[in-house]
Amino acid sequence: MNYEIIVVGGGHAGCEAALASARKGHKTLLVTGNINNIADMPCNPSIGGSAKGIVVREIDALGGEMGKNADKSLLQIKMLNSAKGPAVRALRAQADKITYPKEMLKTLNKTANLDILEALVKKLIVKSGKCEGVILEDDRQIKAKAVILTTGTYMKADILVGSTRRREGPHGEKPSNYLSENLEELGFILKRLKTGTPPRIAKDSIDFTKMKVENGDNVYHTFSFDLKPKYDIDNQIPCHLIYTTAKTHEIINKNLKKSSMYGGLNDIKGVGPRYCPSIEDKVVRFADKEKHQLFLEPESIYYDDIYLQGFSTSMPYDVQEEMVHSLPGLEKAKILKYAYAIEYDSIYPTQLKQSLETKIIENLYSAGQINGTSGYEEAACQGLIAGINAALKLEGKKPLILKRNEAYIGVLIDDLVTKGIRDPYRLLTSRAEYRLLLRHDNADLRLREYGYKVGLIDETRYHNFLKKKESIKVLTKELQTKKLTPKDNDFLKQLNTKEIKDGITLYDLLKRPEITIESLTKFLANNYNDDVLEQVNIDIKYAGYIQKAKKEAMKMNELEDKKIPSDIDYDAMHNLASEAKQKLKEIRPTSLGQALRISGVNPADISILMIYLKRDYHG
Amino acid sequence: MNDTIAAISTAQGVGAISIIRVSGSEAIEIVSKIFSNKKFKTAPSHTIHYGYITNNDEKIDEVLVSKMLAPKTFTKEDVVEINTHGGIVATNKVLEILLSNGCRLAEPGEFSKRAFLNGRIDLTEAEGIMDLINAKTEKASQMAINQINGKASNLIKDLRNDLAAILANIEVNLNYPEYEDIEEMTVSKISSSMDNLETKIKKICLESKNGELLKNGIKTVIVGRPNVGKSSLLNNLIGEDKAIVTEIQGTTRDSVEATLILDNIILNLIDTAGIRKTKDLVESLGVEKSLKLVNDADLVLLVLNYNEKLTEDDKKIINQIKDKKYITIINKCDLAKKIDDENLQNKVYVSALNNINIDGITNKIKELFNLEEIETEDMSYLGSARSLSILNKVREAIKEVKQGLNQGFTLDMIEIDLKNIWNLLGFIIGETYEEELIDQIFKRFCVGK
Repeated sequence: MNYEIIVVGGGHAGCEAALASARKGHKTLLVTGNINNIADMPCNPSIGGSAKGIVVREIDALGGEMGKNADKSLLQIKMLNSAKGPAVRALRAQADKITYPKEMLKTLNKTANLDILEALVKKLIVKSGKCEGVILEDDRQIKAKAVILTTGTYMKADILVGSTRRREGPHGEKPSNYLSENLEELGFILKRLKTGTPPRIAKDSIDFTKMKVENGDNVYHTFSFDLKPKYDIDNQIPCHLIYTTAKTHEIINKNLKKSSMYGGLNDIKGVGPRYCPSIEDKVVRFADKEKHQLFLEPESIYYDDIYLQGFSTSMPYDVQEEMVHSLPGLEKAKILKYAYAIEYDSIYPTQLKQSLETKIIENLYSAGQINGTSGYEEAACQGLIAGINAALKLEGKKPLILKRNEAYIGVLIDDLVTKGIRDPYRLLTSRAEYRLLLRHDNADLRLREYGYKVGLIDETRYHNFLKKKESIKVLTKELQTKKLTPKDNDFLKQLNTKEIKDGITLYDLLKRPEITIESLTKFLANNYNDDVLEQVNIDIKYAGYIQKAKKEAMKMNELEDKKIPSDIDYDAMHNLASEAKQKLKEIRPTSLGQALRISGVNPADISILMIYLKRDYHG
Repeated sequence: MNDTIAAISTAQGVGAISIIRVSGSEAIEIVSKIFSNKKFKTAPSHTIHYGYITNNDEKIDEVLVSKMLAPKTFTKEDVVEINTHGGIVATNKVLEILLSNGCRLAEPGEFSKRAFLNGRIDLTEAEGIMDLINAKTEKASQMAINQINGKASNLIKDLRNDLAAILANIEVNLNYPEYEDIEEMTVSKISSSMDNLETKIKKICLESKNGELLKNGIKTVIVGRPNVGKSSLLNNLIGEDKAIVTEIQGTTRDSVEATLILDNIILNLIDTAGIRKTKDLVESLGVEKSLKLVNDADLVLLVLNYNEKLTEDDKKIINQIKDKKYITIINKCDLAKKIDDENLQNKVYVSALNNINIDGITNKIKELFNLEEIETEDMSYLGSARSLSILNKVREAIKEVKQGLNQGFTLDMIEIDLKNIWNLLGFIIGETYEEELIDQIFKRFCVGK
């Protein structure tokens, strides 16, 4: 059997990669260890959150699936930071762990050009530096023009609990035992990483009356720009908030040595995420903190598991029992699944180009947790980009590389391939230089054009997008031309704002912090959608800051636009500090801007690079 | 880029010894050709040699020559330094000979540029070293060394750490909104931190400005109506052992014609050309002419007569200079007091003729320019125009933070200016690594699922 593109792994990255490739018309095979684990959510039952929620919007703007799929499987949804400003607003949803994979599988199944195969990949077929397919564990060979690796946490996965280590993937799935060895043989540097997941508790064993209820918003939201809300706003499933107790901390401290990470196991090489510390880490590192916050999140309406967010641990089962029972409302709790830590192999991401193609093997791409990230959203967006770029390459076109001022996806990929990682990489809004430009509300304005160009946004959706853009223009114009006069002072008084002596445009009036755009709609000749009103409101209210950010971004892009030829010889630049030389040789940045972001490369090195480029390439 | 460059690296005219620096792959060879000491060529690195610079067997100057081989040199290239003793004429002659033997005259700052490009020094240091090159007095050179040692860097680092705490708090609030047990950063906290930052930066700017004065000299003009004793005062200052007067035409764009160094403070006297030749010129300057000079000056020395009542001319001058930094020197204090001086500022009573309390003038200058403080305190000032201009940008950004807070903007906006300040401070000390901030978040706050 021959394919154009093979995707290895059916998680969030794999699904996006396979869909992008197939939707672009390429014959695609998705190889997964277990078809029932397609788009599985092995950790928390939620999609979105700070920065991640914006990534989901970006995926949707580009024509990916995650946003739509999340919209189809919501248990509750809310807008985070709604009071803290437009730059940091983001959607977070609880997604049903049964519905989400089911809906994704449905979509995959009905997508043309896409086959799914249940199998494990043992090796890559590589000929003269090019990847030409895969060899399965049963030694079957499948040929393809490009391969995308999206193996998640499955390469040489070990589950760690207390002093035990078992070679298995999440939920006791079969791990991928051979692929990472094959990658090492091919010359890749691998990095062992680690992450953890908390225990799941039986719903009917919990006393929710002792907990604070956390509801979804009472206004409708969707991740997708194209779907209408599909959930019942009044029947959202709540989450609950509790705190650890002194007793909990006492149990943890008493049993610390039994935790895999604190002495239970002495062969742990994996580096765990800083932002996802186990509960024992929290208690040890923040010893003066009396209590830690925990959330109880529903996993599904089809079964009873409640996810205990904030309580991941690698303590042995008996200690976990004791710990859980020390929590308010969980005195009689029944643990359905124990917490565990998982160790796995990843590819050190500086071995990738910005297109997510590997540097040493042509037509081989990798995306998701295999690249050292963490999180469903981080994985999905990489899968989408890898799928798009593998397909574009087959089509003989340039890859889609998003800039840091265009998308969190651009920030994430640039960070990975330029800086590498120390621990599993999580997206934070702080990682973006210009987060005011990378908002939840404007993801379509930033990226839909790209989605259309690469062929993942169809004509209908593109037409709607153009209509929205036009509507924004018309509204802005209307606000700029329509004036209020002193005759309208009564109205202004009602709005508790300063009265006027001369005429004022609605546009200028809107600059006042106390004026909302909704209060001015009665003066407008046309009707506008809420998202159009919101967009224009933000543009006007935050114009000063937005301009500032845009100016800075332009400055950054000047260095981005100074390209470094791919044949540059760093060894010939004897003035370069040896650390910088080594880093530049490793990363091989494509622009001076990227070079400057490499740790160990200093402005002085950039000056030298500039002089060199000027001398040898007349740059 | 690897040609051999040479330049006089001491400020011209101050002191009898000058240093000519030569750097590049041919430095040793070229100097060997013109140096009488034949051991020099084969001598080990980092040694000093005595001899003469010669030109066609003519002895030009008696010199000490330091030989320093790459890479342990200022530029990481072979470096030779020639200490000349014969004053400016001989020094210029030596340089000329070097140039005719294959050196190229270095562009301003080119040694530092090479040091910088060869990875010997970072940006802050490069600027500090440039200042070092210009340092005219002991004191100013101390300051330049201070910057290289990183005292200024530490000061900026402290300010930056304070800011990092606030930024990390804002970041954690924005990135982990679900954590109810984490303190919210408040407007009042940011405001008070901005006030604190502003005060500290103002202080650095002020000290730095005074540092500039110490280094470059204070533009000074002496005013007063005729016959109050201006010339005898000047003669006294010049005649003192502790004072040196140099007369190098056009050494600065300010047409300073005499540089007076009093107790390590440089006074650049404006437009007093030929004061020693035509003894009475200062005295003969009319009031009108004197006043024209006032605008240009950093410091005005107003001379009055203790023995006379204030005249209309005196009052006119006092009125003209009231917004300037000025010292009222009341001369002839050994005579009977007739002056009504209750309303005068910064008074010093002296007798130029009888040498009474001349030190009082120097002390008053130090007091006025806050120099005493700089002298005794650690001189952690920023010695370059670049650093100071960045600090000015910081002050602007502080203003914008405050303005944003006043207008009720949300912290995601305010943070843009805060981060700008953090980055600007980073530029001064050469640290702009964003990852630092993310480390701060997870060091300071316990968040994560």
